[in-house]
Amino acid sequence: MRAKRILALILAAVLALGLAACGSAQANKDKDGLIKVGIVNNPPSESGYRAANVADFENVFIEANGYKVSTFYSLKNDEQLNAAQQFITDGVDYLLISAAATDGWTNVLESAKKAGIKVFLFDRMMNVDEGLFEAAVISNMEAQGKMAVQWLLDQKLPEYNVVHIQGAMGSDAQIGRTKPLDEQFSNGTMKCVVQQTATWDEATAKQIVESVINSGEKFNVVYAENDGMAKGAVAALDEAGITHGANGDVIVIGFDFNKWALREVLAGNWNLDVQCSPFQAQKIHEMIQSLESGGKLSDKIVINEEKYLDAATIKQEDIDKYGIGD
Amino acid sequence: MGSLFKKLTRSQLAIPLFALFLIVIFNLIRDPEFFSIAIATNNDGNTVLTGNLISIFNGASAVAILSIGMTLITSSCKGQDISVAAMAAIAGSVFVSVLRSNEITIPVILLAFFLSCVVAALFSLFNGVLVAVFKIQPMIATLILFSAGRSIAYWINGGATPTVSSPLLTSIGGFIPGIPIPTPIIIMVVFLILITIVLRLTNLGLYTQVVGISERTAHMNGISPVRIKLIAFIISGVCVATAGCITVCRIGLINHETLLLDAEMDVILSVAIGGNALSGGKFNIYGSVIGAYIIQALTVTLYAMKVPSAAVKAYKAIVIIVIVVFSSPVVKDFVFRTYKKLFKKQAEKEVQAKAA
Repeated sequence: MRAKRILALILAAVLALGLAACGSAQANKDKDGLIKVGIVNNPPSESGYRAANVADFENVFIEANGYKVSTFYSLKNDEQLNAAQQFITDGVDYLLISAAATDGWTNVLESAKKAGIKVFLFDRMMNVDEGLFEAAVISNMEAQGKMAVQWLLDQKLPEYNVVHIQGAMGSDAQIGRTKPLDEQFSNGTMKCVVQQTATWDEATAKQIVESVINSGEKFNVVYAENDGMAKGAVAALDEAGITHGANGDVIVIGFDFNKWALREVLAGNWNLDVQCSPFQAQKIHEMIQSLESGGKLSDKIVINEEKYLDAATIKQEDIDKYGIGD
Repeated sequence: MGSLFKKLTRSQLAIPLFALFLIVIFNLIRDPEFFSIAIATNNDGNTVLTGNLISIFNGASAVAILSIGMTLITSSCKGQDISVAAMAAIAGSVFVSVLRSNEITIPVILLAFFLSCVVAALFSLFNGVLVAVFKIQPMIATLILFSAGRSIAYWINGGATPTVSSPLLTSIGGFIPGIPIPTPIIIMVVFLILITIVLRLTNLGLYTQVVGISERTAHMNGISPVRIKLIAFIISGVCVATAGCITVCRIGLINHETLLLDAEMDVILSVAIGGNALSGGKFNIYGSVIGAYIIQALTVTLYAMKVPSAAVKAYKAIVIIVIVVFSSPVVKDFVFRTYKKLFKKQAEKEVQAKAA
């Protein structure tokens, strides 16, 4: 009985592998020679970041680059899972996923593997075994925070009195962008005047900075974990008559590279903005090309290269090229 | 003395005023400078007043305005509208999209504000019809816009976080040149005066309470409960638009996800702290407004005390629980009876002493 079962399993596995092998071999040489790609993403309406992300994939995964693309958008994990399953049934060659939630993907990725479909994760990681996907292209929020902190240290200010406005507690971006600054606070290179969450809310950020100003404590850096909160903080500085930016008393730092925020940097009202790049399509395109030409991928986790722009070096071209939204 | 105390404890405003008093005392002990007001020159070159007191009144204005509308809805419908903050995001988005498609001048701002009032009133009316005509429980009826409102706002914005900037908008969200008081405070006061006039000059206040206490009685006296409820929702819509537009002007940006985030809870709390029964009937608008200032005073106090980020909400909750429990009829009654006992005994003793 047991032997029979094992035999059946092995047979099934062989069958699946065989089918998969045929499947990919055939699909790669699709009638028009196009590579079939299924993309599962969050809808562009989620945020400006997502809109830029979706547009990026639409620009790279086109017929001219040799792709035949089907896309599915949902904010709901279960809908995404169904769509991914459907793509597997349709026999795509590559499955690109930005998951709505990190859990629940193991079964789907296993069936993709069985079908010989190569999976790439982008933007968001999943709680799955690394063997189940080819590579993940993600942002490293902590690296962004480190970049901002390093830039601050490079300014060689005589003292650092930092007002730290945090995002919604527990979110990826908050944890990553808080950690490097916390390290500076604990080793004493920077002084924490106040550390408070504004839950990404601009008006709350303004109130927090107001309360610091009212307390009369001295500060010379505002480190806000996104652009909106930096704008709120600056509104409070303006009302209190405190100068800020390139030639001001207070250094202002934001994150995310919104176009309007970069314009503030260009105008010298803010000092620094750090990118949270929604552009992962090019990297995945390169990796797929290398797999197609028989190459191997070196890394499982690929950190999306991100940059910063400061008031001293920013140019209008940078805003047009990297800025998101309008 | 006795009758004054009696009057005070019977008054709906007793507990909110007492809570406000406690917060003030607490802050004065903690830091005598806490409420001091300073004069500064802002980056636009205006002379302005700054200080925690200004911050509290300024920061609370949106919630205070929203709480006026919420009080009327609570009183007449025996329930709350939980979609006010989401609707404010819609109203703010309408405001911004009108401003962005035109050159920003005073008439354009007025037009944008008027349109956002109309849109907010229509959405609020949608809630009102569900509640008043279809008799759906207010919380369920407004749950629809609570969850859909911010998506609608996104759709209006058509992008992430559109910004608008103009000195005119700064003077609405910040300071009008030459006037040292933040404009949102002035708008709030004007709004309160207007509502007071409306309630004094018309029977709206009385009718609203009658509908809240007994719809049957209202009906038999020729008052249409449906109409009164719809009026409450329309007024709330105007409050929503005003609050949304002020908040947009403060920062010069609309973020549909975070505009007045969680404000509906603060607004309902203001109404409750203000001594208004959430089950409808008698109401006092000033109580709700004081409630809004209490919540803001509490928030500013917690910021000033540098309470860790993760703990702010917990601290706020503790204080609010205490206020709400103390204003419950059970505790109020207990305090009143205890005082009466003490006072009477004293009086008897005095009488006995005189007799002796």
